Amino acid sequence: MTEASAAVNGNNNDGTDASPGRTMAASRKPPLRKRRRFRVSIVPYLFLAPFLLLFAAFLVAPLVYALYTSVFRDTLVGGRQFVGFANYLRVAVDSNFWGGVSNLLFFGATQVPIMLGLALTLGIVLDRGALHARGLFRLGFFIPYAVPSVVAALVWGDIYGPAFGPFSQRARGLGLPPPDFLSNRTMLFSLANILTWEFTGYNMVIYYAALKAIPPDLREAAVMDGAGAWQYALFVQLPMLWPAILLTIIFSINGTLQLFNEPYLMRSIAPAVINTHYTPNIYAYFLSAAIQQYNYAAAVSFVLGLLIAVIAGAFTWATRRGRGAS
Amino acid sequence: MTEAAASTPVAAPRSFKLATRRTKRVTTALLCLFLAYTFFPLFYLLVASTKTNFDLFSTFGLWLGHDFNLFANLSELFAHSNGIFGRWLFNTFLYSLSAGVGAALFATAAGYAFAKFSFVGREVLFGAILVAVMIPQTALVVPTFLLLAREGLTDSPLGVILPSMISPLGVYLMRVYIEQGVEDALLDAGRMDGAGEWRIFRSIVFPLVMPGFVTVLLLAFVAAWNNYFLPLIVLSSPDYFPLTVGLASWYRLASMGGGGGQAMFSLVLVGALVSIVPVIILFLFLQRFWQGGLALGAVK
Repeated sequence: MTEASAAVNGNNNDGTDASPGRTMAASRKPPLRKRRRFRVSIVPYLFLAPFLLLFAAFLVAPLVYALYTSVFRDTLVGGRQFVGFANYLRVAVDSNFWGGVSNLLFFGATQVPIMLGLALTLGIVLDRGALHARGLFRLGFFIPYAVPSVVAALVWGDIYGPAFGPFSQRARGLGLPPPDFLSNRTMLFSLANILTWEFTGYNMVIYYAALKAIPPDLREAAVMDGAGAWQYALFVQLPMLWPAILLTIIFSINGTLQLFNEPYLMRSIAPAVINTHYTPNIYAYFLSAAIQQYNYAAAVSFVLGLLIAVIAGAFTWATRRGRGAS
Repeated sequence: MTEAAASTPVAAPRSFKLATRRTKRVTTALLCLFLAYTFFPLFYLLVASTKTNFDLFSTFGLWLGHDFNLFANLSELFAHSNGIFGRWLFNTFLYSLSAGVGAALFATAAGYAFAKFSFVGREVLFGAILVAVMIPQTALVVPTFLLLAREGLTDSPLGVILPSMISPLGVYLMRVYIEQGVEDALLDAGRMDGAGEWRIFRSIVFPLVMPGFVTVLLLAFVAAWNNYFLPLIVLSSPDYFPLTVGLASWYRLASMGGGGGQAMFSLVLVGALVSIVPVIILFLFLQRFWQGGLALGAVK
């Protein structure tokens, strides 16, 4: 439609505009326009092609292949056998898998709200500008995001550690029993701390960018109407931030259920606590890389992906419904 | 520029001003507290990197030891195992740079297609990409490994690089960015002047969305730099390892103790320090890009 109107405008211009450049363009125009009709239909696909190619090869194909693999079973004697949903039934009653999932659900229900609440508070405070050295804070908070999770995990691991962690050192210095950050009971909290440290700043930057996109007139209008800072945050900023908040919640749910790096690194220093199925992804890793149960590993990672999709989808649907009703 | 304009409302009533003045000190204190938390492990890492392995165990973790051993640690780091650490550093640069540039280019082109063209299958494809945003890389690691294993492509750097070039989130961001930052009239003017579609993309759209492009590049670069799970499962030759996989393998050696393993703790720590410096520098220099420049792009 815009194409057509542009062409019409072009014709009008050609009639009135006498500049030489224009007339030259006009003389080339008719055949070009004919060709463009065809090109317009293929152009978007050409722009999409590189992305879609990789998308198909390294996102769709692995998933399709995993789905395919998951309905077979490789046995030493019988070779590859079609087993239908047998692997999925096995996942459904696999306490190793569901134990990992419940670890993470507990983890996510506590860590995610704390982290996002913190990020939201920091973002709003930073955006308001009522403080000194705003740039320093914004930069400082985001720095953990530049730290690989492997490094974050091993540095925090050393801090937690009984050998040369500063907390244990101080406790020993005072004659107290050193705190055990790596026990069965405390591990989830220690991991939650690492994740909060890593991602609060990242989420804050997302909120901060969304806050910056709110037109300044809105603030002026709110101020004119006598709104205080709190009212402005609550009734103007928060609703406008909602898409960003929803996005970060879904990312966080994803990230939590996919947890691998941090607990896997902790396995080096707490092998008795982080077993081979502490999280579903650690389990899938061991099934595939260590004991080569490819078919079952495929089923496990597929169920995990499905679980995440269902949770994220349900969450989006519920909040959209809730908002639509209000 | 826009920030300054936003933070000085023309006629702010007294209540607003008073509230901000009163909260100024409280909020600054709060932020300082969180900043201290943020820098705590980094400070620990910095201090620990300057210690000999002996001092690491025998002196307080949050202050310097008897010897300042940073440079000795560094030279030992790059000398250990015939300089394998330098190799890991190079690999990480290679993987991250190709992943970042590829992801940003492809996401910009795709985002442009979604933002400014209507074509058959647009909604379906974009829906698929939105679904993919919800599938993080981690979820694809095991399936990707299974597929690569079937094709006999494990232990190849391409098995790490190519999957890292897919950034569905980047496509989403670029679509929004282009929709809001590039006016249709501008494209139509280009078409009227007889510019081809590629030329319009390259010389009109691309400069306008540069901040978004760099943002996506930066995000993909950092994601690849920090990636651990995929290279861990795909690569098996230490020569191909990125820093994360290499450091983690040393960390396990150190933690297992015995056989001189403990002597590796200081190596792991100074290696960790080296591995975060490039990305932090990158962030410092590209600050203005990752602060979400939609408004900026619109102003320009």
